[in-house]
Formats: sequence, C-alpha cells, structure tokens
Amino acid sequence: MAKLHVTTSVNGEPVEFLCEPYETMLDALRGQLGLTGSKEGCASGDCGACSITLDGRLVCSCLMLAAEAEGHEIRTIEGMAKGGELHPLQQKFLEHAALQCGICTSGMLVASEALLAKNSNPTEEEVRFWLAGNLCRCTGYDKIVRAVMETAAEMREMRP
Amino acid sequence: MNVVNNKWIGQRTIRPDGVDKVTGRAAFAADTTMPGMIWGKVLRSPHPHARIKSINTARAEALPGVKAVVTSRDIVDFRVEKGAVMLGIQDMRWMCRNVMARDKALFPGHPVAAVAATTEAIAAEACKLIEVDYEVLPWAIEIDDALKPDAPILHEFNKFDGKPSNIMGRIESKKGDIAQGFKAADVVIERSFTTRPVHQGYIEPHACLISVAADGKTTIWSSSQGQFMVRAMTSMLTGIPQSDIRAIPAEIGGGFGGKTIVYLEPLATLLAKKSGRPVKMVMTREEVMRATGPTSGSKSTVKIGAKKDGTIVAAHGSFYLQAGAFPGSPIRGAVGCSFAPYDIPHVLSEGFDVCSNRSKVAAYRAPGAPIGAYAVECVLDELAEALKIDPLALRLKNAAKEGTKAAHGPVFPRIGYIETLEAAKNHPHYAAPLGKHQGRGVASGFWFNAGGESSAQVNITEDGNVVVTTGHPDIGGSRAGIANICAELLGIDYKRISVIIGDTQTVGFSNLTGGSRVLFASSMVVTQAADKVIATLRERAAKIWEIDPEAVKWENGAAHPVSPNAGQFEPLTLADLAEKAPSQGGPIGASVQLNTQGAEGGFGTHICDVEVDVDLGIVRVIRYTAVQDVGRAVHPSYVEGQLQGGVAQGIGWALNEEYIYNKDGKVDNPGFLDYRMPVCSDLPMLDCALVEVPNPKHPQGVKGVGEVPLVPVMAAVANAVNNALGKRFYSLPMSPPKVSAALDAPTQQAAE
Repeated sequence: MAKLHVTTSVNGEPVEFLCEPYETMLDALRGQLGLTGSKEGCASGDCGACSITLDGRLVCSCLMLAAEAEGHEIRTIEGMAKGGELHPLQQKFLEHAALQCGICTSGMLVASEALLAKNSNPTEEEVRFWLAGNLCRCTGYDKIVRAVMETAAEMREMRP
Repeated sequence: MNVVNNKWIGQRTIRPDGVDKVTGRAAFAADTTMPGMIWGKVLRSPHPHARIKSINTARAEALPGVKAVVTSRDIVDFRVEKGAVMLGIQDMRWMCRNVMARDKALFPGHPVAAVAATTEAIAAEACKLIEVDYEVLPWAIEIDDALKPDAPILHEFNKFDGKPSNIMGRIESKKGDIAQGFKAADVVIERSFTTRPVHQGYIEPHACLISVAADGKTTIWSSSQGQFMVRAMTSMLTGIPQSDIRAIPAEIGGGFGGKTIVYLEPLATLLAKKSGRPVKMVMTREEVMRATGPTSGSKSTVKIGAKKDGTIVAAHGSFYLQAGAFPGSPIRGAVGCSFAPYDIPHVLSEGFDVCSNRSKVAAYRAPGAPIGAYAVECVLDELAEALKIDPLALRLKNAAKEGTKAAHGPVFPRIGYIETLEAAKNHPHYAAPLGKHQGRGVASGFWFNAGGESSAQVNITEDGNVVVTTGHPDIGGSRAGIANICAELLGIDYKRISVIIGDTQTVGFSNLTGGSRVLFASSMVVTQAADKVIATLRERAAKIWEIDPEAVKWENGAAHPVSPNAGQFEPLTLADLAEKAPSQGGPIGASVQLNTQGAEGGFGTHICDVEVDVDLGIVRVIRYTAVQDVGRAVHPSYVEGQLQGGVAQGIGWALNEEYIYNKDGKVDNPGFLDYRMPVCSDLPMLDCALVEVPNPKHPQGVKGVGEVPLVPVMAAVANAVNNALGKRFYSLPMSPPKVSAALDAPTQQAAE
C-alpha cells in the first residue's frame, strides 16, 4: 500500500509528511518530524509519556494514527515554551524539582497544561485524577502535584 | 569537612540538565538516529525451559531488506566449567547466556536470535522466518516448585548438599550463638513471609544505537547506569577491545538498578559489525517486562526473641530469593541489611540463591534489603504488640549506634539511626488521630551504600567559567548536587558551572551509578579536582603579584592576599586568571581518579497511615512520613525526591505490583495496565524529614540516600494494615482480592 500524505499543523506551523496507514502519530512525530520530546513508554496508552494535544484535547499520540492528524492542530512539548521563554509550568517544574530522570516530564507538562486550560483552579484531587494517566516512577508525584497547583495559583494572579 | 560558608550546598538550585528536560530537548536512548541506520529485533523463546537443538536462519537471511542475523554462535562463550569471570557483581558466564540463549532457553522471552533489517517491520518479519527446533522441558518458576526433590534442574552441573539442585548458593552473616541466645528470651516470635517478583518499572524501555566502522571502531549510544559497564560487557561479549568502543551515555529514563547490565548492546554491536550499518534497537514494554529485571520473589522465615523489657536477645532469618534463569539473586542485601539497624548479641542470617524459569533478576533499589526488612520489621511489630511496647520505643531500645558490631561485619561509626527514630517519635504525624478503618505502622531500614571508582575533570574555560565532567549517568539529579558543591568550593555562582557526563573515551573509569554511590563518590573526586584547580589559581596569582603562593587565599571566586602583610593587591577573579592563563603557564584544570572509600551505611524510619475500604478490599495510603539520616542534603529537593520515589515504589510493591504467570509459565501481565504501578491518584503527599548526621569520611558529609527509602516501606504499610484491621498479611502484595478474601474469612466462619 502506498504511503499516505498528511497535511496538518504542529505547534502552529504547517507540516506535511508521508506515513504508512498503520503508523501512529507518535511514530510520525518522533520519526518523520524529528520531534523526539514525546516519548514511547508503553505504546498502549497506559503511561502518558507521549501526551500531545489534538485541537486542544489531551491524547496519547501512541493511540492515534498519524493519518488522523490531517486538517487538525497538534501541539507537543516542543511548542510549549515561547521562543526562549519557558511556560510557567516548565519554570515551576524546575523550581520544584518536579522531575528526576525526565522521561515522563514532556507528557506530564503537556497534560498539566491541558488541565489548566480547562480548570484554572484545580484541587489536589483534581490534579491527581487528571494526571493519573501519566506514570512517573521517580518522584512519587508529590513535587509534580505541588508544581501544578502553584503554577495554577500564579497564573490566576497574573490574569487581569 | 572543608566547606564552611555553605552558600550553595543545601540550596534548591535549578538542575543543570533541567531546561533540556522540560522542553523535550534532552536526548534519551531512543531519541537519536544515524545516517544509514537500520533496525534490530530480537527473536525470543516462547518456552519457559527448552533445549535448543538447532537454529536455521537461512530463510530470514534471504528476506529482502535483511542485513544481518546473529545467534549465540556470534557471542563470545564464557564456558561454565572454566569458572567465574566477574565484572562487578556479574559473572560473564551467565551474562553471555542471558543476552543470547546457548544450549537452553531458560525463560519465555530469552533471546535466541537477532536480526537487523532496513525497517522494523522487515526485521520483525524475518524473526518469524527463523526456525528453532526446541526440545521442550519441564519448568519451575515459583521457589517452592524449584526446590521440590523432583524439580526440573536449570543448570545440571550445579549441586547443593551433594545433589543436583536449583539452589545455586548459600551465604550467611553470623554473630554469637543463636541457640544460646533464644534460651534467654521471654518471648519468641517466628513467622514466614512471601513476596512476589516486582519490576523496577522505569518508563524508558531499553534502547541503543550502535555503529561499527570497518576498522572495528565502535560507537555505542545507549542509556544505562554505567557507560563503562556497557563498554566492558560489550567488549567481553563481542571481542572488540575496550579502546575501540566509545560508549556514550544518553540521558537515562529511569533505572533503579535495572540498567546495571546489558541486554541489547552486544547484539546491536554484532549486527552493526556484520551489516556495516548503524543498528538501532528499542525494546517494547512487553519485552521489558518479560526479559529484563525484575527483582526476586521471595520466601522468608524470621524468628526474633526478646526479654520482657524489650531487649532483643537473638534473631534468625532465612531468606530464599528467586534468581531467575541464572545465579545472582540479591541475597547479600537481604542477609546483611535486615538486622543491621539493631544491636543484637546473637544473629544468624542466611540467604539461598534459587534459580527458576523466569528472567534473570537485575538489581532493584537496595537489592534484597526491602525483602528482608519486610519480614524482620513485621516480626518486630508483633513483638512490640506481644510485649505491649510502642513499636518505635522497641526499636529505640535495641537501636544500633556508634560502636555496634553488625552481623554482616562492620563496627558502625557515628550513625544517625537513633536520630531517625527520635525524629519519627516526635513528628506530629506519629500522634495524629486516626479514623475508622484507618491504621498506622512504622518500620526502619538500612542499606550498605557504596564507594568505589570515580573520575572527574574540572576545567576552567577561557572566559573564566567552569566545566565539570564526571563518569556517572545522572539518574536522579546528581549533576545538580555536583554544581552546588563545585560552586561552594570555587566561590562562584552555580550557574557558571556546567556539569556533564563524559563518555568512556573522554573521562576516566567510573563505576556504575548504583549502590547510592554517585554523589558520595563523584563529589569526592570533584572536590579533590577543585582543590587542585584552586591551588593552581593561587599559584598563578602569587606569580603575578610576585609573592609566595602560601600568601594567597581563594575566596568568593577570586585570589586575595591572605593579609595586608602579604601585600596590597586588587583581587584576581577566575575570569582575570583565565584571561592571563596563556601567558602564565597555560590552561587551568585538573582531573582526579580515585577508588573512593568511606561510604557509610544509611538508615531510615517510616510512618505510614492507611485506610481500608472494607467493602472492596482496597488499601489506600493516606499519610506517609519518611525520616532518613541523609548525611548532608547537598540539594534538599533531590534528596526528598529520592525519599518520595522510593516510598512510592514500596507502596506499589506492598499493595499491587506483582508478576502473574499463566499456566504456560508466561508472564500474564506484561504491560502497565495489568502490572499496576502507583499512579498519581493512588498516593497522598509524601512527607520527608531529613536528619543530617554528616559522614565524617566525606569532605561534604555526604551519605548515599537513594536506596534506603525503599527498604522500610512494605513493612510500614503491612504494619499499618494490621493496625487498621487487626489482621496480618504474610504475603505481598496486599491487593484488593487478597484483602477482600481475608476480610470475608471471619464473616464466613461466624456464619458457619
């Protein structure tokens, strides 16, 4: 079967690529597009290390076919910082040491940003259940949850 | 202790590799490509135990796109009868058979061949075309099955008590005479426990990318807990000399001990050599679960005797640990660590290394110690109950301290175990009220910690900043700790220091990232290198000022005359001296290589509260406090992170994680959905109380901290569950089906 031609948008930039019909969005991101910030931990949607957003909705890119990106807007960890300026979540993760090895960090940040876009004032329980699809084996989640809640508080204050 | 002002040590600085990791720039093992790269795949045994009669690779080799096929014939054979060839704690006789089965396949997932092809799909297709003629043999996975008189024997050459056996070895630690000791006891408690195999659970699967040039020069890009281990093992298994292998450490996505051995690198090297193309190999999660790690399942019996006042007089532990396919279970940790927190006159601690048809164990965070502590700390809880003594008071009464001789050998120097008990006793958590179906448990733990070989270079850049190169992969923030220490020593802002991990051909030999040794050992070599650099800087200033180097001091990042008597000179900063370096003797830098000594053991005491959903049998940890003597918290956030991470792993081990085998002897839950590690919503905040009793043998007082926090957890959770329900569980995990069954049992009895 011939490869499929996909036209989409990744982190606000127009992108075209060819893919096999069976290839996942994660394969296309990491392979053809060279965006290796999204990680493959399980390829079954259980670890969340490949988290991206599709038209603003949080998805596991390992569970999405690359061809499904056609005509949609994809955002990945690579699009989170604005040029040289880190997103407040990225900055807070650094300040709180909310990462150790860093393999889950891309997915955690993408998922956290998606949470804060929906809910600017999450409770600890809401943060914990939202991030329950993102496995971290290093931190015990404590510092991650604190970083997300503190970022939410700061972002609320910054708003007019 | 040569650090006095501590401007940077103890600060929560931003880690040097942080921005790369929050922006997706950091390059992990699977993130790199090379021009002309092809893909490797492994064909694995479907059988738990089978003799390999023949392998025919002809059809695979003929498939278009296939560039190379390797089998055990291509791997250097370390013959069993020739005796052990050790690399660290690994015997190469077993390593060569673990990376590729030779005469027998010993577990489902055991590699039997590997293929490299132009695409992953073709490599996978080629694996299916390899014909392996197996003679399927009877198998044994559980310890009890492997120890039966008629059990299938994995390694026919092995004898125990004069008979063929799966017990590959026995070790013991002994002090006094337990028979005499137990005679003096008023109360004796003896219990048996089992634990299941659990996986280290790193989120990054094993991966590597390797090229071999026509002259044999080899480049390995992989993530591991030791690029030098990767180089040495790959060299030994392929015959390529170490000087020709450049092993580059990728960022490592978690290891916890599981990446202290190789799986893919020797295979990819041979495929790259045969094909003349760079070869990339990445394991699937299922391969990780079936064929790497985990740690041992176990069966333990612990007997402890005490006087009425709580004085422990004797203790006996016997620990049977699953080694998996090849010898080498962590019995040393179970035997040596379990009783180490206590000053007991009569101790016998025995360990048995049991092979069975399961993947070969790999190290897992304080290997063996959590298994032993689970049994010992649960028995101590029962002892406290029987004697009506507070469990922390019982531990305090018997606590090891400076001068105590441990059963495993050493006489303890100044240690902080008692301080952890006192801190736990005085912590608000210990006095907090509990609600219905809630319970509280405590437990302590010990880990040896380690020193060993480390190398570092400290170089001053031409613009007066600093590059520190060490040889240890950073798995938990060690670069941040090194930046703090180096900033302290040189008296400059930590942001002016770049800390990197060198590859095998650019920095001196450095042993594994393991044993909680990295910050201990690397800060020791970095300190000595920084001291040398400071000596050079003082000499340079002295030369410029034409005074004696002894009359120059280094302070706040600049050379100063020690006193007005030495002369009146404007300070010379690092930048000044770097600028003048070419005319004053050349580049400024130093490298140090040491076999570091003086890593003292670490102790922790944990408090755990649980709440049990008595309808569903679900145990939830609702509050947790980990107290640990950490020596010196060079970067407190990453020290706390080690404690919190260890606790989370222990909670998983206690409540949910286990390998489940089906009737064919295969792992039935080889993925993150069914192998249930704690997720964010399973856990509460994890409180830490850092006790700092500096290590007198280390320039900054550093002790290893990474492994101790896993040791007490399962016992703390089990003791809390007992406190909540009045029921003890003697086997892990305390998963909902098991807890439900136990809760239903008395109801049924009452109904009868």
